[in-house]
Amino acid sequence: MTYDKRFDGRKSFDELRPMEAKAGIIKSADGSGYFKIGKTEAIAAVYGPRELHPRFMQDPSTGILRCHYNMMPFSGSGDRIRPGGNRRSKEISMVMEKALIPVLDLKEFPNAVVDVFVEYPQTDAGSRCAGITAASIALADAGIVMKDLVCAVAVGRVADKVLADLNYDEEAYEDGPVADIPIAYLPNSKQITLLQMDGQITKPMLIDALKMGMKVCDKIKELQVKALKDKYGEAQ
Amino acid sequence: MGNMHTKDRDIVVPGEILAEGMEFIPGTGTYRDGEKIIAQMIGLASVNGKVLKLIPLAGRYVPKVDDIIIGRVTEILFSGWMLETNCAYRAMLSLKEGTTDFVERGANLTQYFNLGDYLVTRIVNVTSQKLLDISMKGPGLRKLRGGQIISMNNNKVPRVIGKKGSMIAMIKQATGCQITVGQNGLVWLQGPPKNEVVAIQAIRMIEENSHLSGLTEKVKGFLEEKMKGLPVPEFRQERQDTRKDQLVEFQMERVNNDDI
Amino acid sequence: MNVESIKMNPELRQHLIKSLDQGVRFDGRKLEQYRQVTVETGVTRNAEGSSRVKIGDTEVICGVKMGVEKPYPDTPENGNLAVNVELLPLSNARFESGPPGIEAVELARVVDRGIRESGAIDTKKLCISTAEKVWSVFIDICTINDDGNLQDASALAAIAALKDTRYPAYDGIEINYKERTDERLPLKAEPIEVTVYRIGNHLIVDPTLQELQCFDARLTTAFTADATICAMQKGGEEGLTLEEIEKMIDLAEEKAGEIRSKLGGD
Repeated sequence: MTYDKRFDGRKSFDELRPMEAKAGIIKSADGSGYFKIGKTEAIAAVYGPRELHPRFMQDPSTGILRCHYNMMPFSGSGDRIRPGGNRRSKEISMVMEKALIPVLDLKEFPNAVVDVFVEYPQTDAGSRCAGITAASIALADAGIVMKDLVCAVAVGRVADKVLADLNYDEEAYEDGPVADIPIAYLPNSKQITLLQMDGQITKPMLIDALKMGMKVCDKIKELQVKALKDKYGEAQ
Repeated sequence: MGNMHTKDRDIVVPGEILAEGMEFIPGTGTYRDGEKIIAQMIGLASVNGKVLKLIPLAGRYVPKVDDIIIGRVTEILFSGWMLETNCAYRAMLSLKEGTTDFVERGANLTQYFNLGDYLVTRIVNVTSQKLLDISMKGPGLRKLRGGQIISMNNNKVPRVIGKKGSMIAMIKQATGCQITVGQNGLVWLQGPPKNEVVAIQAIRMIEENSHLSGLTEKVKGFLEEKMKGLPVPEFRQERQDTRKDQLVEFQMERVNNDDI
Repeated sequence: MNVESIKMNPELRQHLIKSLDQGVRFDGRKLEQYRQVTVETGVTRNAEGSSRVKIGDTEVICGVKMGVEKPYPDTPENGNLAVNVELLPLSNARFESGPPGIEAVELARVVDRGIRESGAIDTKKLCISTAEKVWSVFIDICTINDDGNLQDASALAAIAALKDTRYPAYDGIEINYKERTDERLPLKAEPIEVTVYRIGNHLIVDPTLQELQCFDARLTTAFTADATICAMQKGGEEGLTLEEIEKMIDLAEEKAGEIRSKLGGD
């Protein structure tokens, strides 16, 4: 079985869906970011460094990062999603933290927390990656010290092709093996900070997929940088 | 010979490569990775010869010794008061630093400062766990009465104060409001209601345009326009006001920004 | 600083009252003036209907999802309507993750009453098969930025999203959410809610977070287009005289008319 034409009409297998990025969209937050890729929209807000409650979670040697992933009840493509977290959102929150922590140095903020809240008005695959990308914009917007921006994209495999930014239909492909590989990437140091894999893939295809992901992240970083700088563009 | 990738007053973001070459020196807000000098926060590039540093545009307040901050009393303890300071860390005002009175054991401390009071204080010490020791002893330090408190981006405080206090003085004179600016981003104002509105709008304008040139002229024009027809109370030269001007001068020593 | 957590700061309240005595609020508005109100619909594609409402810097998104369920046993011919408000932590420092607290519950229930009691949706028309299958309409309001007046923003977002809602394709057995029909919900009324706040002797509408620290009592009133009152809720820790209530209702009715014009046509 070969996968020849992408379901949504994209011409090449390393092509990303149309993207949009913004910074500073939530005035109450210390920093905020927005990232849309295809139909997946993520809004991220950063509060902190601020005092951490409950106190037993405080670390006297450093501040901590806490991510909170949550889908709005009307964001999914099927039934209404019951509000309140579940095991999936807990796991995603945790891998998001692990994806972002490598660029942060919170030692200047003992006992404090940087909270990142990521919410989704609508999703169509690639949500955790969109969330990490938006969170990265939000952290930078909040003036948090960061070595680099973090970009994230879901790469993977559909039948015989390695591709980038799978949409919902590609993830659900039934005529052959599929692999969904969300990654997060630091462009300067060329390090991968999130790597998960779901499905079936050979090692050579996996390596190809990762290389493709690292390459397309440049386009994502461009948008993040522009979003941050555009906020300071014109006189108010 | 290395390469400079940025120029003075550019907006830069984390991860942006500012220069390459071992002769460049990474100042605050930047770090070196091999040959590269890289930005580690969102900020305004400041290029001084080979020294590259960033003026931060965002970020919660980081307490520093000798900063004048406005805090709110949240707890009354046996030997002093605990204050919230608009950042991740609380401040402790001991009896000794709060008043010159001799306070008896078991005395009611609320007669000095009560819950919810806003105080202008000076940071005298920052512990390793970032607890702040503050003092009320010094010119201009006092309990705030009346007026209102607004919160602003603490990174823009130097622009609101201006070179040698010129910007804040301009706003005070134009509106006739008493204004005290805390380094932690809390600002106290008091004046006739419509004048307060203009003063707050002027401060918001500075906050949003702090990185652009021509700001002083813009604010001046704004104040002239908005204050037309509004009465300006005489700037009272009380002893307290004199102390407040000293306070502004004191704060000004900490400002590094040049006016554009 | 968590400014919202200081309820009724007495000195600030006095200062605000002095300002209101001169007819001006801290942000320069007149007492009965709303900030800019904007309503957009169709803002999120997976919902059957959606809206985004901004009042000044306050922003909420509302999404309507439809499902097919068994009716409640005591109302076998009626479909279901449920309103939920999520006070998202991303919209303000004072909100925490977790189940809805009393603030979210009150917001949701007052919006619900406005919609239900105005007869906006005839729930009998949501019946597919008596005692077996009915449509359920789930209205979820999520806050994006809180700068005061979530009550009015939520109610407006709910009715705007309902107007935007179209039935998903349903073959009698399964809903196909990917296909939306052209059939709209059977809406018979458009309730608009306005909350009026008393501070001292003054009445204001559309408070900012700062003003919410200073009020004595508040009254939310929901109106249909013909000025019928279909829901009310009093809040705050002080009482209201009958005259004050009458004045507040009059002011609310006037403002409801202005806000209704923001809803626009279909």
